Amino acid sequence: MTKSELIQLLAEKHADQHLYHRDYQRVVNRIFNEISDALAQGDRVELRGFGAFSVRPRGARVGRNPRTGAAVRVDKKFLPFFKTGKELRERLNRE
Amino acid sequence: MAGRTVTRADLAEAVFREIGLSRKESADLVESVLGLIADALARGEPVKISSFGSFSARMKGQRIGRNPKTGEEVPILPRRVLVFRASHVLKDRINGSLAPLEEGEGLEIVLDSERPDGPASS
Repeated sequence: MTKSELIQLLAEKHADQHLYHRDYQRVVNRIFNEISDALAQGDRVELRGFGAFSVRPRGARVGRNPRTGAAVRVDKKFLPFFKTGKELRERLNRE
Repeated sequence: MAGRTVTRADLAEAVFREIGLSRKESADLVESVLGLIADALARGEPVKISSFGSFSARMKGQRIGRNPKTGEEVPILPRRVLVFRASHVLKDRINGSLAPLEEGEGLEIVLDSERPDGPASS
């Protein structure tokens, strides 16, 4: 499922709200932008039953160029993480 | 750094401000978005949200685990686990705003090519 398919399904499910297609688009974009903004501020996003997004630091290290073997400096950086919520985890193994 | 936790209510509030619907309808839309994603994943269908990331279910084979309390060996049955891969847009966004704040905090690393006495032999 892609983002545009998700928007389409959302529009069908909420057809009774009589929104324009671009409004459903804005809803979906707003949700993911909100999550991205929170993570960019170092905040956590917890959606019970679905999962939680967080940001974890990864220390600076010396990496290797796999082709030449040369040492490369890899700066400290932050990576987003997702932990599946209990309900969704159980659903994945039930259906 | 972090402190705040964003929840469904915050997402609903953001949707409420974006679209002129009631708070209840906004909350329903958030719930539907999460529900539709979960439905697709439960069907085994990967979900790709451009400029955010992708979710996919991966199969894990059976392995032997151990009850940490008793030390007893227990088989862990094959199961499906969810994998989230953040898009480069999201990773760049996170590092664009967080990494500069922490500059100078990382380890000082001296590359082989920068050593005055040439590459270290190890």
